[in-house]
Parts: sequence; structure tokens; C-alpha cells
Amino acid sequence: MKHRAVKGRLLRLAGFFLPLAVLLVFLLFPFYWTFVTSVKPAAELYQARVTYWPAGFTWDSYRNLFGEFRFLKPMLSSLTVALSTTIVTLVVAVLAAYAFSRFEFKGKRIFMVLFLTNNMFPTVLLLIPLFTIMRRMGLLYTPSSLILAYTTFTIPFSIWLLSGYLNDLPSSLEEAAMVDGANRRQAFVKVILPVLVPGLVATGVYIFMQAWNEYTFAVMFTNERNRTIPVALKNLIGQLGVQWDLLTAGGIITIIPVCVMFFFAQKRLVEGLTAGAVKG
Amino acid sequence: MRVARNRQALYPYLLIAPALLFVILVVLFPVLRALLMSFQNYDLRRPGAIGFIGLTNYAAVAGDPLFRAALVRTLIWVLFGVGLQFVVGFILALLLHQHFAGRGIVRSVSLIPWVTPGVLIGLMWRWIYDGNFGVLNDLLVRLGIIRDFIPFLARKGTAFPSVIATIVWQGIPFFSIMLLAGLQGIPSSLYEAADIDGARPRQKLFYITIPSLRNTIFVTTLLRIIWVANSVDVIYSMTEGGPAYATQTLSVYIFNKASSMNLGYASTMAVFLMLLLSFVAVPYLRSMFRKG
Repeated sequence: MKHRAVKGRLLRLAGFFLPLAVLLVFLLFPFYWTFVTSVKPAAELYQARVTYWPAGFTWDSYRNLFGEFRFLKPMLSSLTVALSTTIVTLVVAVLAAYAFSRFEFKGKRIFMVLFLTNNMFPTVLLLIPLFTIMRRMGLLYTPSSLILAYTTFTIPFSIWLLSGYLNDLPSSLEEAAMVDGANRRQAFVKVILPVLVPGLVATGVYIFMQAWNEYTFAVMFTNERNRTIPVALKNLIGQLGVQWDLLTAGGIITIIPVCVMFFFAQKRLVEGLTAGAVKG
Repeated sequence: MRVARNRQALYPYLLIAPALLFVILVVLFPVLRALLMSFQNYDLRRPGAIGFIGLTNYAAVAGDPLFRAALVRTLIWVLFGVGLQFVVGFILALLLHQHFAGRGIVRSVSLIPWVTPGVLIGLMWRWIYDGNFGVLNDLLVRLGIIRDFIPFLARKGTAFPSVIATIVWQGIPFFSIMLLAGLQGIPSSLYEAADIDGARPRQKLFYITIPSLRNTIFVTTLLRIIWVANSVDVIYSMTEGGPAYATQTLSVYIFNKASSMNLGYASTMAVFLMLLLSFVAVPYLRSMFRKG
């Protein structure tokens, strides 16, 4: 009897905890390594022996990053672009999502598929004509060009996500308000929007993350004055090689805000993202 | 009365109008413009020479050995990238579906690679792969697997597998959350019935779990293929397509050509990429349309 219990525990160790631990180490070690690199003194970084725990500990790289390398500037650019993209997208997408969720109208399916189609175009295909369009409109190298470019993928996706959240809210909510004399708009603003807040927050976090992380458009549509974080990080790789302590410090600073936001919105976001694929 | 009803009928169209306007301006119009540019000599370094040249770009692309190599590389990139993301993501989903203490935290934390910028992912791994001070080399030497440090990203034979491993790392969490949600939707009565019939774990996996997840696997894989094929930032921040084009997928090649302002030629290749991806996009859209 006792023998069997031990065997069961060993089996669970080999068949469950061990593979889980291996996978988690694989997924998380790069972050540990990035952090450790960012706090090692430069001399320790470029010595023959690799240290797995920093022998010396210093915040110098963070000080240099914000001092000499003015990392705050790309952070502010990223924040401007990401916040504006989020607001513009949410306003436009919530209206369309409401139409798809609450109305039957001619061409509804065609429109829905049209919006979905937009996520299918190669990024590099849109990049080229948008570059020339922004250039001609005089928007190139301004934050507006990035915000517009990012709506190419944020709007379709947000409509899809928000429609899902809206479908979970019963129509009886607005109907009750409309029986009480409110019109459609009042019912939407006073009844639907307040209960939609968690869904709006989750969608907003997703949009923000995408805009904050994007590189391909950002490197073509910005210059020294308004580089976003991913471009600034890549630019730390100079002619003289890579300053890994600075770069990893920048990396840590970059992911902290998105991680914090993600953990708050995670539950609803994952629900929304998985709903479409799972329902079948 | 009739006016009021007409206004009612217009309401949904008014609601989607702003989104439609955006989509027409930033997606449909640019796509048409890219098609147009693919027939033009459009090189911003020589703006005086911009003009229509018929199918010249298409002929040039068809005869471009770098294009052909990038095309083959894209197929390998997608096959191994998405394939391994799926396998490892599925294993992770099965593990995270078990009951254990701290499951919620483990689930959240395992998603972090998914919220990390592609550029940062590329740079983090570039440092891990480093040929002089890289931790992967150090680990492999300590374990006795290799004797001398390997410059993974600088050598032709190892660069491409290394970037594929990185894209796999990036995509595991997405597969695992989608499949985990699918697993949670499988009624436990199916497994109970199988237990009564004396089914083995492997039988349950192949006869219950995988068939029940068919739709999730289909949709997630199609979406992932499109994303991985489009991905530029990870490869670009690791190798920029080098060494000697060894990691240059079609998306990276197009990006490199666009960066050097040869927009006509880049558009032509992008049109090819779009046609290639439509093999994946059309079934996806068709399945969504049916669901509508």
C-alpha cells in the first residue's frame, strides 16, 4: 500500500512536475537573464566566466539609460502613440461592435468578414503604400502616422473582441431602459457602457500592448525626434557592438508596464480572445 | 413615421461608418495602392524615374534567386515555427489543465513571453546565443555537450534554427491559452465514460481530447501561421536576415527592400506574400463567415 503511494507520487513527479518545471524555466529564464544582465557591472558581463548570480550589483545601467541615453524620451513617445491608438480604436470599434451585436441589417455578415479580412493582409504589404501615403500627407515622422498605421490591425481586432463582450450582455438591459423612455443612445451610454467597462479595459490593454510593442511600422515612420521604445532599443546596437547592460535595462523597463496592465486585465482578455476559437 | 423607420434602418450603418472609413483609408486603399506600385518602377532614391513598367517587377521577382530562397525559407519558418509552437503549447496546456497549488499564478506567468515586444525577444535571445559571453554556450560547455563556444547567430548552419527556436518560444503561450480554454470546454462526462470503458490515457488523448479541440486547433493554427509568416521584428533584431541571407524570410526580405526605399520591387514581393497567405486566410475567413 505504502509502496503504491510512493510510486504514484514518483509518477506525478516525472509525468507532471518535471515537464512543467522544464517548460517554465524555458519560458522564464530569458527574463531572469535579462534582469541579471542589467544589474551586473560591465566588467563582469564581458569576462571569460559567465556568472549565474551577479557577483557585483549595480544600477549604473539604469542610471545611464535615463541619463546619457535619455530613454525617457522614447518612453514618452511610446506612451503618446499607445494611448492615442487605444482611445481612437476604442471609440470607433465600440460603435461598430454595438451595431454587429444588436442589429440585424443588410450586408452585416459581409461587413463582419470585411473587418476580419484586414487582419489577414501582410504587415509589410500595408507598410509600403502607407509609407508613401503618410509621406505625401506630410504625416511621416509624426506620431499621427503611427497611430493611423496601428489602427490597421487594432480596429478590426477590437471590433471582434468587443462584439464578443457585447453578445454576453443580454439585450433586455437596453430594452428595459427604452421601455422607461430612454432612446437608443441614452440606453447605450447609461446602461451598456457602464457594464461593458471590464471588456473595454481588457480590449484597451490589448490595443495598448500592441502599439507599445510594435516595431516594423515604428522604425519606418519615426525619426530621432519621436522614436518609440522598440526602435530605441534596437538602436542601442551601435557600430561598436552592443551595450548589453543598457539594452537589458531598457528591456526590463519596457516590459514592466505592459506586464502590470496585462495581469489586471488578463482574465477578461483571455476569455475574450479564446471565446471565438473555442465556440466552434 | 416612414422617415423615422428609415432612420432606424440607417442606425447600424451609421454606427459602423467610422470603422469602415478607417478601414477604407488605412487598409483597402493602401492595398490597392500596393498593387499599383507593384507595376511601377518606384524607388524613392531615384524619384525622377518613378513610372509604370508593366510586369517588369514580376519578371524580376520570378528570376530573383534571393526571392526563391526566401520563399523556401518562409515555408520552413512557418512549418517548424508553428509546428513546434503547437506541440509545446499543447503540452503546456495539458499540464496547466491539471489541478495543483499556485496554478493561477503559473498560468499568468507563462503568458509573459506573449506580451513581450518582438524586438526585445530578439535582443534577449541574441544575448543568450552570444558567441563570446552567451549563457547558452556556457551551459552547453558545462554540460559537456560542446567543447568550444559556437557563434550561433553568426554561422550559416546554426543561425536559422536559432531564430526558429526563438519564434517558437514567443508563440508557445498563445497556443497554450487557446488550447487550455478548449480543454476547459470539454465535458468531463466524456472522460468518465471512457474511464468506465477502461480507456488508457493515450486513447483518451487521441479519441476524446484532440477531436474535441479540432476547431480550436484549426482556428489557432491558421491565425498563428499568418502571424509567424508576417513576423519581421524577431528575425530583424537578431540577424537582420543574415548571415549571408541565412535567416531572410520573405517578410524580412520585403522589409529590407522597403527600408532601402525600393518600394516597387518590395510591393511586388508583398503581393506574392499576400497570395501565398490567402491559402491560409481564405479557409479561416470561410470558417468565420459560416459561423457569422
